[in-house]
Amino acid sequence: MSRTLLTYAEIRHHQLRQVSFEAVSAAAHIVQDQDQIVTCLFYGSAEDPAEVERYAKELFAHGTKRLYTIAHTDLETYHAEAYFQAFHHVVTTVQPHVILLGHTALGRDLGPRLASAFQAGQLSDVTDIQQQGEHIICTRPLYAGKAVEKRTIQGSPTRPAIITIRPNNIPLQPVQDTTPSRDVVALPYTPPTLRSIVREVVRKTSGKLDLSEAKIIVSGGRGVKSAEGFQPLEELASVLQGAVGASRGACDAGYCDYGLQIGQTGKVVTPEIYIACGISGAIQHLAGMSSSRVIIAINKDPEAPIFKIADYGIVGDLFEVVPLLTAAFRDLLQKQQA
Amino acid sequence: MDIWVLLKQTFDTEEKITLVNGNIDDTGVKYIVNPYDEYAVEEAIRIVERQGGKVTVLSIGPEKTGEALRTALAMGADEAVLITDDRIPQDEWAIVHVLTAYLTGHKPDLILGGNFSVDHGAGQVAIRLAHQLDIPHVGSITKLDITADGKAVVQRDAEGDIEIIETAIPALFTAQQGLNEPRYPTLPGIMKAKKKPFRQLTLDDIPSFSWDDFAARTSRLELSLPPARQAGILLKGDMHEQALDLVRRLHEDAKVI
Repeated sequence: MSRTLLTYAEIRHHQLRQVSFEAVSAAAHIVQDQDQIVTCLFYGSAEDPAEVERYAKELFAHGTKRLYTIAHTDLETYHAEAYFQAFHHVVTTVQPHVILLGHTALGRDLGPRLASAFQAGQLSDVTDIQQQGEHIICTRPLYAGKAVEKRTIQGSPTRPAIITIRPNNIPLQPVQDTTPSRDVVALPYTPPTLRSIVREVVRKTSGKLDLSEAKIIVSGGRGVKSAEGFQPLEELASVLQGAVGASRGACDAGYCDYGLQIGQTGKVVTPEIYIACGISGAIQHLAGMSSSRVIIAINKDPEAPIFKIADYGIVGDLFEVVPLLTAAFRDLLQKQQA
Repeated sequence: MDIWVLLKQTFDTEEKITLVNGNIDDTGVKYIVNPYDEYAVEEAIRIVERQGGKVTVLSIGPEKTGEALRTALAMGADEAVLITDDRIPQDEWAIVHVLTAYLTGHKPDLILGGNFSVDHGAGQVAIRLAHQLDIPHVGSITKLDITADGKAVVQRDAEGDIEIIETAIPALFTAQQGLNEPRYPTLPGIMKAKKKPFRQLTLDDIPSFSWDDFAARTSRLELSLPPARQAGILLKGDMHEQALDLVRRLHEDAKVI
């Protein structure tokens, strides 16, 4: 029996998100025999055809065999009902056994509605995926990573298994050099009667990486002392092309937006490098960042719990250390470029 | 306004997790109202304080969950319903099947819940319920206004961007941090809560509940703890040397830059 594995390709700031390629790789992880990996992509009708062409190329290179597209003004930005309508149509057309989306703002919102519509199961925020016989086995964190569970799910063409994957966790399959068969299928869209309208999208993040996808995170805690105190962290992050995060302490103190909060409340992140500046390391914060590959702690207090889990620790004043680090990284990166 | 709030009781976020015989040990663990659900309770109470109505908190969970519901009543919710039944599996489809059956026949104007629970963290139940009840939803909101013509205008946090969305009512919303600052229960509030209606039910008490198609769609195979992280190297020297040393180690030893 051959199955269709459907992934969703998400566009953000005129790029396909990394997690969309990870979704294709996750499908490749469980692919068997004659299974086919296909992807769907939605965009506004004003989208530049050259950009869509580029998206298609990138997806084919990562392992997608066929791309389904839906273009409509309703789909220009995320709209829960419009995107549901489009996705529902793809699912009934393609009849996939499995649907893979990123566990992003979009995937979190769309996945459960789709699952409900198809009376299907869903596993959310998955960090690993395997096929064992008839079953798909997914690993996912509990308590923001303080524990880990493996759950099993089965899908069928009428009741697909829905899986949202956590960014930065599924390793990418090597990019293929094959001449892609340009198999792009445009599907129609029937506008539903919308019960809600998106009046406005206030872009506060243009160009900035989302924390969940950042490879390097520079994070500040109470030790940052004020909103202005984040400035040296911003500079370090910018040199490293990373993102700035924060502890609950810093957010509660009003130094920064709750959108930056990392922890069991807030975001869970798994970057390559996590630099904790002036963060003591409360359990609920550690839950949100302990799976980072390399953890660096900078804190005045040598007894701070963060040092117990950090790979490298510097006992010192972050306002002295962080600018020195920024300079040292800048030197290294310039040498590498030269 | 008839407002329903979906509430879950969770471990305090400062709790460590330990396993006994492959299960999570809750000996001596402090329980709280799931922090995101607390924002939902607070928001519901504020709406009723402004324009009248009733707030009912609804939960599925073991008997102990009653404590969390009492907390919500002490904050100012009017009624509580707890569905306790060992036959309900830990699976979002099944849980929503029960909630849908229970809410059939009720006509909520608003349903509020948390963005996700800090234990299982899937964030599925509320949005699935909106679909089953055929009402619109907006997830992860940081502001909620009810307009004079009976619509809701909300701000949704989409990974840092803010979407301003207007939606018809009835609707379901899930709360994100920043929506409000939840109040603490006062002593008079706690006293009053003891007299407020509190219903505890099993599946047998829900007339619309059907065993057809109730089966869990997912099941747990294994539960484990992540490998513990070890303390690494504390760097030495003056700050300038330490900074250079760190960058060198990241480049040469860890090879992450």
